[in-house]
Amino acid sequence: MSDIVLNVSGVNKTFGGLKALTDINLKIEAGKTHAIIGPNGAGKSTLLNVCVGRLEPDSGVVDFNGTSLTGKTPYQINQLGVARVFQTPEIFPDLSILHNVMIPAFAKKEGEFSFNPLASLFGSNEVQDEAEHVLNDLGLTSHRDEHAGSLSRGDKRRLELAMCLVQHPKLLLLDEPTAGMSRHDTNRTIDILKKIKERGMTKVIIEHDMHVVFSLADYITVLAQGTIIAEGSPEEVKGNPKVQEAYLGGEHV
Amino acid sequence: MMSVPAPQKDMRMFLIFVVVVLTSPIWLAPIGAGYPQLLQAFAIFGIFAIGFNVLFGLTGYLSFGHAAFLGAGSYTAVWAFKLLSMNIIPAILFSMVIAGLFAALIGFVCLRRSGIYFSILTLAFAQMSFNLAYSVLTPITNGETGLTLEAGDARILDPVYENAAAGGLPSPNFFGLEMADFGGYAGVYVCFAVLILAFYVYLRIFRSPFGLKLLAIKSNQNRMGYTGFNTRPYLMAAFVISGIYAGLAGGLMAVTDPLAGAERMQWTESGAVVLMTILGGVGTLFGPLLGATLIEYSENIFSAVNKTELIEMFSFLGQDGAAAMASVLSLFVGEGWLLTLGALFMIVVIFLPGGMMQGISIINERFFSKKPAGDGEKPGAGKAQEV
Ligand SMILES: Nc1ncnc2c1ncn2[C@@H]1O[C@H](COP(=O)(O)OP(=O)(O)OP(=O)(O)O)[C@@H](O)[C@H]1O
Ligand SMILES: [Mg+2]
Repeated sequence: MSDIVLNVSGVNKTFGGLKALTDINLKIEAGKTHAIIGPNGAGKSTLLNVCVGRLEPDSGVVDFNGTSLTGKTPYQINQLGVARVFQTPEIFPDLSILHNVMIPAFAKKEGEFSFNPLASLFGSNEVQDEAEHVLNDLGLTSHRDEHAGSLSRGDKRRLELAMCLVQHPKLLLLDEPTAGMSRHDTNRTIDILKKIKERGMTKVIIEHDMHVVFSLADYITVLAQGTIIAEGSPEEVKGNPKVQEAYLGGEHV
Repeated sequence: MMSVPAPQKDMRMFLIFVVVVLTSPIWLAPIGAGYPQLLQAFAIFGIFAIGFNVLFGLTGYLSFGHAAFLGAGSYTAVWAFKLLSMNIIPAILFSMVIAGLFAALIGFVCLRRSGIYFSILTLAFAQMSFNLAYSVLTPITNGETGLTLEAGDARILDPVYENAAAGGLPSPNFFGLEMADFGGYAGVYVCFAVLILAFYVYLRIFRSPFGLKLLAIKSNQNRMGYTGFNTRPYLMAAFVISGIYAGLAGGLMAVTDPLAGAERMQWTESGAVVLMTILGGVGTLFGPLLGATLIEYSENIFSAVNKTELIEMFSFLGQDGAAAMASVLSLFVGEGWLLTLGALFMIVVIFLPGGMMQGISIINERFFSKKPAGDGEKPGAGKAQEV
């Protein structure tokens, strides 16, 4: 068995009386693309929130490469090598696209804090080159100087993906990366994600679009009402009657 | 096309700025602003406002307590004159250091909160400082009377004979050049030199990765966290920098007029710098300077006018007409000039939410742009990086 990058064990999370996550155990293998699917409100985003420090689990632990993430802040977790694309795009709407991507590149290069008020942005060639390279990969170069807030929803998502990729994270968490995209852009995103898979980046991807899931996933976990109801290879999950009933609901895939 | 102005363009802009500042006594004279006290006020409040813009304009954190640092700078400078030397260099340096330390202390507490809670905390701290300066700290601040120079001050770095010389009080000097020399223009040009230096540093901050990160905090602080940045020390740094600028401005006030009183720490002073920044254009490079100049200028003009003068001005309306006109307008001049300021502020905020700089860029686009109209970005919407 190969290395485990992310190890979620015995995680519970409740909101008031609502059990959002119940005894979740999950192992994400290095270099694999692990899809998490499930109906709305199943707890998928909550699971990612627990992994990036947005929420503390009520009980259970999350280990990243052997380091416990308990009590760690989002920036510490990012500095360990975890990047995330959110379900509602989290970008810097007032900054240019280029600057949106340069900022995470600075975080990777300079760490959580560096004080250089007299350094010139014009001299940050290395960071700018990296950012432009990623923008080019994602087909955003023509928007380089526009304000991020003016992008379409699909482009915002692509920008957020660029902001994550520029950091070369060890683990990339994607919450519905193609929602709101046209078929054409969805396919392009699939291609990009396939390409970064070849580079060995470990990914967790939440998706409702089964075309995306079956194009990318090595392994699928199915979540419903906060519990894991099935897991396995795409073929195994596809054939699982429990999944058909709970989620796919007769949809042909 | 380019959203990042090239370094050469910045350099050219800076040089123009230097020339404009240095020649201002000449071109401000025709509008009645070419005299030392007012020119000094332009420079000093300009420094106060650009420093404030580093915090408010870049990070979006609105402090209502920056007068505390202005006051701290003034007190420190006067103490430096009393204890060390009448040379302005130690006075200026110490005013920056002490204000910076003071800002670190207050920032440490206030930056635990954001938004309105941050603003209220800074206001509370500044009012606390004001009250302390007025009462408990009298040994340091000389309470109500204010801190002034005295003949018997130690001034350990100054030669003894100078201290003993003449019965009068010594005046602040720059290696012998007294601020009152050349009819007060020595002091003016000292303030200009400091303003130019301060502006240069400020420009560099705006164009640095550090400045960009501050803007990113303003745009989406949450994202900064998930991007791997610890935002607290960035905010702390911006807060302390703006505190140092305020201290520098306070220090210069004492340099041009060596006394310090608690009223400099009043919330009205904190409010003034907020108004200047908003009036000129929050987050723009030159906005705060414009705002500071406009407010200082209008205060001077409007507060100096009295009713008799108004009646004279409108004498062409006949006796009754002039009297009626004067009694309405007199509400807006003299003591009532704040009413004018309030009206001006309302007009700008309602019609030009981006401040005077937005007005300028609209005019620029309308009349001087080569691009077809409508090509520009939405006014006021996140134009922070551009001037
Ligand atoms: N911060 C929160 N406070 C209270 N309830 C929450 C919070 N976050 C999520 N929930 C609730 O927890 C449940 C799971 O939400 P979650 O967002 O994880 O679902 P999801 O599987 O991502 O759904 P979707 O596919 O719609 O994104 C939902 O009922 C939701 O309302
Ligand atoms: Mg979700």
